[in-house]
Amino acid sequence: MIQVFGRFLLFMQSMLVRTERIKVLWKRVIDEAILIGVDSVFIVSIVAAFIGAVTCVQIAYNLTNPLIPKSTIGFMVREMTILELAPTISSIVLAGKVGSSIAGGLGTMRITEQIDALEVMGINSASYLVLPRILGAIITFPLLVILAMMLSIFGGYLAGTLSGALSGQEYIEGIRDAFIPYNIAFALIKSVVFAFLVSTISAYQGYYTRGGALEVGAASTKAVTNSIIAILLADYVLAQTLL
Amino acid sequence: MIEVHNIHKAFNGNPVLKGVNCIFETGKCNLVLGGSGTGKSVLLQCIVGLMKPDIGSITFDGTMFTNNKVDIRQEIRRQIGMLFQGGALFDSMTVAENTEFPLKMLTPNMSREERRDRVEFCLKRVGLENAGNKMPSEISGGMKKRVGIARAIAPNCTYLFCDEPNSGLDPATSIKIDELIYEITHEYGITTVVITHDMNSVVEIGDHIIFLHKGQKLWDGNKDEILYAQVPELKEFIFSSSLVRAAKRVEDEGGSLDQIRNEPAREV
Repeated sequence: MIQVFGRFLLFMQSMLVRTERIKVLWKRVIDEAILIGVDSVFIVSIVAAFIGAVTCVQIAYNLTNPLIPKSTIGFMVREMTILELAPTISSIVLAGKVGSSIAGGLGTMRITEQIDALEVMGINSASYLVLPRILGAIITFPLLVILAMMLSIFGGYLAGTLSGALSGQEYIEGIRDAFIPYNIAFALIKSVVFAFLVSTISAYQGYYTRGGALEVGAASTKAVTNSIIAILLADYVLAQTLL
Repeated sequence: MIEVHNIHKAFNGNPVLKGVNCIFETGKCNLVLGGSGTGKSVLLQCIVGLMKPDIGSITFDGTMFTNNKVDIRQEIRRQIGMLFQGGALFDSMTVAENTEFPLKMLTPNMSREERRDRVEFCLKRVGLENAGNKMPSEISGGMKKRVGIARAIAPNCTYLFCDEPNSGLDPATSIKIDELIYEITHEYGITTVVITHDMNSVVEIGDHIIFLHKGQKLWDGNKDEILYAQVPELKEFIFSSSLVRAAKRVEDEGGSLDQIRNEPAREV
């Protein structure tokens, strides 16, 4: 375990020495941000909208006390979405999509000697291939989380009003009630940390793949599993330290 | 000239290279010959720096490569072109982009037009002037090797390494690839090292041949000398070829290969 962690740290260090020129790096970061971000908009949107809708319906189902105002449903949807559901669930979904793609892509490059080809050319393969993926993820995860927050709250609105659980005005009243702007900052900090964890863990698994196609599949699976565990651990640590 | 001094390499206590010493001469096609599992590819990986030898040193034209500063190693690596066994083409790039890639990365001062001209020249040199827009998945194994050669020579490499350039190719394509490597070596005066177990390559392009057996160098010489080498392991390696045995059978039956070759083919 300690050996793996040490190797992981050395891998991180290798990315930061002999980096490529800023122009090359910037172009690669933009390419990766498009691959990671734009291609994930659809799945993140679907998941976020439905989670918001389901959260709203289930809170309405549990709130049977007539003394509690119905606007509480909107309030709870907002709090759950911003603090937990949007950053954490979106990142878990992205761990599956982006993490497996990073590990699979790098693993395939490794077993087909494309990484060796870069090294022989005198190019730092970790810096050229991995650093842009990490930066791309760090740029796009918070944007996707913001999108997820908006769609989740909107999903809750649709589900609540269409099912007749509460009126649109009550929902909006709840959404605006006792809003703490720091919670948004907290969610964005979480998304940056999760982006870093997903991209580095997946890149590490892919970069050190050995063997053939079977091992590439195994690396992808391991990348997703380890990323999700890391997200959940980091989620707890961040909640304890920042809230 | 590349000098290899006393290279040892072991994996989990199993020695693969046991004190290999050899010199790869400038302007020549240097072949490393040997059966499977004799340490040829490990030796190549040690030379190009993909693997670190346990003991020993490697120098490129007098400059120490092993255990030297990263900057110096990088500088040497930038003079290396390599043709990998499977081509190792970047599958997200076209043939032309693959060829252009080392130029983009290693020669930032080169203008776009200069790069385009160089790519055109290199692709033409390997006979792929019309394949620039194709993706690696759309071309044959032989073409991939040609692209690999074009990519290797694009930045004017001083050293060219080829890891089993004939693997997976039919005999006719193999000979064409061998001829291309040989021509490029002599045209540009580069130091070429070819890892092979193909006897066709040996007799075709072997200016200087090193025979490896069980991690040790047993013989070195050239293509004219190899058939007369008095090393049992090498003799066994050369004459174990089915084609050689078939030729011997034809001779024993009173015929000759030339006679068979020149016989008119029958209509099928």
